[in-house]
Amino acid sequence: MSMTSLLAFTPWPPLSALILLVLLVTALYLARGTAHQAIHALAVALSRGFRLASRAVARAETRLAARNRDVLLAAGREAKERIVEREFVRVGDTVRKDLASYPDMHRRLSEAIVRIEEDQEKAVEVPPDAPGWAQAVQVVAKLDTKSSGVDILSDIHKSMVKAHEEAMEDYRKASAERHALLRRMMPDWRLIQDTLGRVNKSVESVLERGGTIDRHMEEYDAIVRGEDRAVTVLSSSSIVYFFVAALVLAVATAGAAVNFTLIARPMAEMVGGTSFIGAFRTADIAALVIIMVEISMGLFLMESLRITRLFPVIAALSDKMRVRMIFITFAILLLMASIEAGLAYMREVLLQDELATSALLRGDAASPVNGHLWITTAAQMGMGFILPFALTFVAIPLETFVHSLRTVMGLLAIGVLRLFALVFRILASGARHMGTLLQQLYDFLLFVPLWIETRMAAAAAQEAAEEAAEQAAEQHGRVEAPAWQQQGAQS
Amino acid sequence: MMVATALALGACGQPAGPRNTGVYLLIDTSGTYNRQVSKAEQIILFALSRLQPADSIAVARIDTGSFSEKNIIAKATFDERPSTANQQKRAFASRIEKFIDQSTPAPYTDITGGLLQAIEFLKEKDPGHKEILIFSDMKEELAKGYVRDDLPLDFKGFDVVALNVTKLRSDNFDPREYLTRLDTWKSKVEKGGGRWRVINDLDRLDGLL
Repeated sequence: MSMTSLLAFTPWPPLSALILLVLLVTALYLARGTAHQAIHALAVALSRGFRLASRAVARAETRLAARNRDVLLAAGREAKERIVEREFVRVGDTVRKDLASYPDMHRRLSEAIVRIEEDQEKAVEVPPDAPGWAQAVQVVAKLDTKSSGVDILSDIHKSMVKAHEEAMEDYRKASAERHALLRRMMPDWRLIQDTLGRVNKSVESVLERGGTIDRHMEEYDAIVRGEDRAVTVLSSSSIVYFFVAALVLAVATAGAAVNFTLIARPMAEMVGGTSFIGAFRTADIAALVIIMVEISMGLFLMESLRITRLFPVIAALSDKMRVRMIFITFAILLLMASIEAGLAYMREVLLQDELATSALLRGDAASPVNGHLWITTAAQMGMGFILPFALTFVAIPLETFVHSLRTVMGLLAIGVLRLFALVFRILASGARHMGTLLQQLYDFLLFVPLWIETRMAAAAAQEAAEEAAEQAAEQHGRVEAPAWQQQGAQS
Repeated sequence: MMVATALALGACGQPAGPRNTGVYLLIDTSGTYNRQVSKAEQIILFALSRLQPADSIAVARIDTGSFSEKNIIAKATFDERPSTANQQKRAFASRIEKFIDQSTPAPYTDITGGLLQAIEFLKEKDPGHKEILIFSDMKEELAKGYVRDDLPLDFKGFDVVALNVTKLRSDNFDPREYLTRLDTWKSKVEKGGGRWRVINDLDRLDGLL
């Protein structure tokens, strides 16, 4: 039904419109109470629904946060266990290396000490014999003889001088021997000093490692106790590791892209340049698969070397099997690298062939052969050989990325859930206020009847008040006689 | 897993069918146009440089009776391996060079016969993209006894490009002849379901192939 036909029930459309408006307003006025209830019910329902959703999301966020905390603590605990284990291994190595030779060292020290003692005993200074002639000379000097005494004294003097010279000679010899013995002690002293120095170094190293282990153990305790500080530290560390690993992976991806460029063209010679799988050339896919296989081999190699721990199955293998796996993966990598070097060489050959054909088709003269072309070829071959091995190390940032991704994704999910909870709360509040607003808008359409109603209500109230006042006055009159009656009685 | 996903996604968005190109180049060797034949070599070499492994190319002459395999000067379907395709291109270029040197003028011009031959050849090869290049002034002159009127030319899926359409002496007197000639060929091609183009500037072949 069009508007024109709707307004055609009277000959004057404005009149029709006015009648319709009045009818509409009347209908709305009559339905006001029900409409208000309906709007209120709708607003309350929406508000409760949103509030419920907000609570549910908040609960999910709490559960996720708890789960993330558990995961983070478990990862931190595992990492700390690995670090402490590594430190213990280092301490063990130090102790094994240094204390294994301790009996030998002890024997050498004892021998050196014994030798020093012996030499020291030998080097004890023997005091020279006291001259036994001095008293005899005094006695002889007191003899009262004129000539024989002089001769005797002269002989004695000679003998004494001779004896003195001999004694001095003996003394010098003995001193020289003692000095020689003391000199011989020097290497033993040095040996003792070196040995003790080594022992000191080892002990210091062990003490240092002990300090590190203590520190790690304190952190481990904090993680085991689930302290908030530990969780914060682990969380921030995870974010840092995530970004660093992502950066390194981006660099590795660029390396893989270079590798891909090196081998994609020659792969067309092997698998054909025109076949497609989906939107991609088969040659490109083959090149990509080779790179992926290389990366996989690199992962397995790193896993077998126990540098990474992405695959528990490999970590649980026996050492013998693991060593076999190391050799096998390395051999495959070497083979792949050699193939890539060959393909890189082939690429250069194909490129030259294509350039020559293009020049011929363009009608250009054949360009002279570049004498330094071998440098490019060698560089390409070198890159083709090295890149597979370089890509092997992708395993390390990949492991970090995977582990930290869990935490980062968890934090992001928590953030998103928190945002949803907030949005739902805002919507709940908005729905409540929207209900009030809708009621006001509904009343706005009915402002005329409402105004009349208000006026009528005011008039009715005034009338009721007046009546009430009159009734009150009447009652007051009945209880107390009017003033004129009281004045009449007095007169 | 990522490779497999990418392949699956790529496979979803791509239409099935061959992706190679087939080119059939018709060279007008009639008396009035034979002088231009040397320019055709430039076009052929350009086409060769643009073609990829697994593409097909054939070069045929337009003479008195062009609806014949004998008119095909050289044809090749390039190998899938780029190195072999390059060798084939070089061999093809040398055969074309020999033809250009030895080309003799023909008394009549059977363009329609050449087009029929081109359609047959390319339909047999069934490449993903079919292109017929006509190196001619597009003035058809049939010898007595050759019937080419009302032949059903099915150009569906074909791109027909007229190259170096020179103006004849008579066109200079009345350019309408030239325009009418081109319009006639255009309507023939489009009526057959093909796309028609004219490229007269041989230094601007970028849009070709």
